[in-house]
Amino acid sequence: MSLYKTGRRVLVVGCLAGTLALTACSGGGSGNATSSGTTGGSAAAQTITYLVDNSENAVNQTQALIAAFHTAHPEITVQMETRAQGTDGDNIVKTKLATGEMEDVFAYNSGSLFTALDPAKNLVDLTGEAYMANLTDSFKTAVTTGGKVYGVPSGTSDGGGILYNKKIYEQLGLKVPKTWDEFMANCQKIKDAGIAPVIQTYGDTWTSQLFVLADFYNISQQDAKWAENYTANKAKYADEPALTSFKRLQAVYDAGYLNKDFASATNSQGLQQLVDGTGAHYPMLTWVVGTYVALNPDAANYIGFFAQPGDDAAKNGLTAWVSGGVYIPTTTTGDKLAAAKTFLGWLATPAACEASAAALAPTGPYNVKGCSVPADSPQAVLDLQQYFTDGNVGVALEFLSPLKGPNLEKITVEVGSGMTPAAAGAAAYDEDVKKQAQQLALPGW
Amino acid sequence: MNQIRLSSRWLIGIIGILVTTVIFIIPFVFVFTMAAKDEKAAASLRFSWPENFRLWQNVADVFASRNHMLIRAFVNSGILTVCSVALMVVLGAMVAFVLDRRRSKLNPLVNGLILAGLIIPPAVVPTIWVMQTLGLFKTLVGLILIEVSYGLSFTILIMRAFVHTIPREIDEAAVVDGAGPLRLFFRVILPLLRSVIVTVIVVQSIFVFNDFQNPLYFLPGDANATVQLTLYNFQSQQRSSYNLLFTDILIITLPMLILYIFFQKQIVAGMTSGSVKG
Amino acid sequence: MSVGTDLRRANSRVGRASHPGANFAKHAYPLWFYLPAGIIFLTLFIVPTVLSFYFAFTRWTLFDSWFIGFDNFVQFFREPSLIGSLTHTLVYGVLTSGLKVVLGMLLAVALTGPVIARGYLRSVTFFPVLLSSVGVGITFKVLLDPYHGVVNGVWSAVFGGDGPGWLTDPKLALYSVIGIDVWKGLGLATLIYIAGIMAIPAEYFEAARVDGAGFWKIFRTIILPLSFPATSTVIVLSLIGGLRSFDLIWTTTSGGPGWASDVIASVIYKQYQAGFYGLSTAGNVVLFIVVTAIVYPLSRWLNKREAEL
Repeated sequence: MSLYKTGRRVLVVGCLAGTLALTACSGGGSGNATSSGTTGGSAAAQTITYLVDNSENAVNQTQALIAAFHTAHPEITVQMETRAQGTDGDNIVKTKLATGEMEDVFAYNSGSLFTALDPAKNLVDLTGEAYMANLTDSFKTAVTTGGKVYGVPSGTSDGGGILYNKKIYEQLGLKVPKTWDEFMANCQKIKDAGIAPVIQTYGDTWTSQLFVLADFYNISQQDAKWAENYTANKAKYADEPALTSFKRLQAVYDAGYLNKDFASATNSQGLQQLVDGTGAHYPMLTWVVGTYVALNPDAANYIGFFAQPGDDAAKNGLTAWVSGGVYIPTTTTGDKLAAAKTFLGWLATPAACEASAAALAPTGPYNVKGCSVPADSPQAVLDLQQYFTDGNVGVALEFLSPLKGPNLEKITVEVGSGMTPAAAGAAAYDEDVKKQAQQLALPGW
Repeated sequence: MNQIRLSSRWLIGIIGILVTTVIFIIPFVFVFTMAAKDEKAAASLRFSWPENFRLWQNVADVFASRNHMLIRAFVNSGILTVCSVALMVVLGAMVAFVLDRRRSKLNPLVNGLILAGLIIPPAVVPTIWVMQTLGLFKTLVGLILIEVSYGLSFTILIMRAFVHTIPREIDEAAVVDGAGPLRLFFRVILPLLRSVIVTVIVVQSIFVFNDFQNPLYFLPGDANATVQLTLYNFQSQQRSSYNLLFTDILIITLPMLILYIFFQKQIVAGMTSGSVKG
Repeated sequence: MSVGTDLRRANSRVGRASHPGANFAKHAYPLWFYLPAGIIFLTLFIVPTVLSFYFAFTRWTLFDSWFIGFDNFVQFFREPSLIGSLTHTLVYGVLTSGLKVVLGMLLAVALTGPVIARGYLRSVTFFPVLLSSVGVGITFKVLLDPYHGVVNGVWSAVFGGDGPGWLTDPKLALYSVIGIDVWKGLGLATLIYIAGIMAIPAEYFEAARVDGAGFWKIFRTIILPLSFPATSTVIVLSLIGGLRSFDLIWTTTSGGPGWASDVIASVIYKQYQAGFYGLSTAGNVVLFIVVTAIVYPLSRWLNKREAEL
């Protein structure tokens, strides 16, 4: 009993004392860090922190990039930090920026998510940097607001469309569809052969959005000004031509084309089905290529990719997702800012593409001039590259408009599993977008 | 009469063992088998004995991943849990004690605040601002104090009921013997609260150790990771390594399991000494 | 320890004789005992909360905010999912706390009575409490997977055909999560009940047995009324927990499919995730009001009854 009591008292006192001591330490902590940073001798020696998401791909790629950068610039040390992915990650990034706790350099999406960071206030303007000339225009557009450019690419651009199993296509004598009707006809034949024509994986809700988002090239072919009007509150998803995107999502469900476990399957299970040939098509982004190649190395050869077809075969083309960006927050200043800019400048060189390709096979074209996709890339990446070579590419809506409603993936799950009709889902999404527009204080809402 | 009691004793016991085994033990066994499989076998999600038993390899992999992040996480979580729970117990007991014993005008306010602490969901960003002002943000101390402030309400609520069962005559006797308030509290009352303290320690340790969101927001940075955050390492938008994920779940459950097994006797002993036997 | 217990027993028989004077209270129970806990609680909880209430009336990007009056509240109540989520919240809170009260009480009675393997049973029922919500969520998501999961594997073997989509069928999802919540939290309710029942002085049971009272009579006249403090603790705690519940819903269904298992707390979190910080804070205020409106009168009533007993 007395032992127990003494133990407890020691514990409490220890904690209190420790608490005080730690407070003292943390108070002086930042000072220590800077002084140890300069003991390296040269005044330029700097350590900068770099925040990336914690996916295996991002971590491996970043480690390779940092290693190569250290060889090229031994005077600067880059230290990787990681954060959660998805919407949790969005919050962490915003919270860090709002509270001034952001790392010296960070990677984050381009397009609408980038716009929501209030770049004019939070990010360092890079418009005048010499290396901007190395970057593609489509990338620069996705990291520009108010006429200023804020980022360099963190990886490759990707395609959104349909991954398909070429073995099934060969067996059934099918051709890659150029129109939606051809696609549905193919699906019917596949279904008759006893194979699930379309894989959907609503266990990972984000995957449910593809039929809607990857259809954007087709919308913009019918109305080139659609994105602009949408941002200005003049075009709606509840009206044609955009309503068709939701109708297509509903159509594959109504026709009974989905795998039976569509409601619970996850992204990796969906890829497994595609690789195993129990499902024929999977509407997806090409950044999963590495994942299915890991499931079965042979799949690199027999999984292909085509853009989501529209009504007109002559206007067939690809909806592309622009690479995420690497940015510097305004809280990075002085020597650290100079070091951060050196790092970003290096990222915008072919050397960085090579280092990154060595760790993670590219899943689409690079946005740095002089970088190219290797000829021995998986078939789906080569198929994707063909659209870029032919020039039949437009970027996804989220890179043209700051508006992306947060509930799209819930709505597409509902429409895609027959809980809500397409028209009602599209109308609900318009409502959802309205909140986003008001939050961003866009004119016309 | 005796026979009936004897047979019901066995009947209830056996039914209980069967039901609880199915409901509570099987999920645990499932986690264990998943943790012992290789990645491919685990991805099928079947409940089967692993053909290729590689629990130790998985454990090693989980510990090694991301530069042994799990070890750092265990140290952080350990300090966090021990310190915040110790503070919660002492400070909470002080409040519970005075709140039960003394009728003052403050009581309604204190009761209101306790309820508010239970009801109101904490506001993340303003909390970070306050912590930054105090220099507590991104420090383990800050997170300890956060856990204390979020856990106090529950602690006080539970403790007050037990303080109430300690007769005031004891206080009076102690004061007559010349004890001041500190001595009365630390030497007389606190030891009498032992069984509820054990309960609070167990329950709050579980809360703090298993907490996910507060470390995420108030103690960011890989070097500061706590154990629950390591689950992120094996689960991503593209791919989940189920075998490693479940190995991690298994590993980070063990400390609380050990704590409970260790304290369980104390709970039972502390309680049975005071009341019914058999 | 034993001295305390003896005195406690003596006390419960004698009843509270005299209330000490105000001077004694001032001396023995100083108000500064509130200070250490109070300072931590006020600075790290109350101050941020009060600050955040202001933002409920603003459109807030974290970087900037402007005052918009009650617009957030209007918007919140226009959310298509809100009426549904309000109902779900009530169903969730009432069902989880009701089940925990009833099952917890029954289990505690069984586990304080004469049963074999009592220690084992107590440990096993408490075991899920030790797990983290995230871990439980991940595990059950896998166990309840409609086509590959263990539960439906057994279902198919016993009933044939495909089992239900526990977490993917919009009609079932909420109830499945409620089931998981009870699974996880029952041990704590049981523990509180066991403590409550054990705090009942043995004399009552002995007297009842001498009178030849059967199990039911003992249960109704002794256990039920005298463990009332435990009941009220379980009700209040699990109701608050249920109404605010978030972790488990988030890790199992994220409020889906669609909005089928959304509760207020998950709606709030989604607004937060989407970057609608003002709206989310307004949701916090709504949740606070809902929980207070239910829990405050309830806990006052329970306290009053407790005092009467």
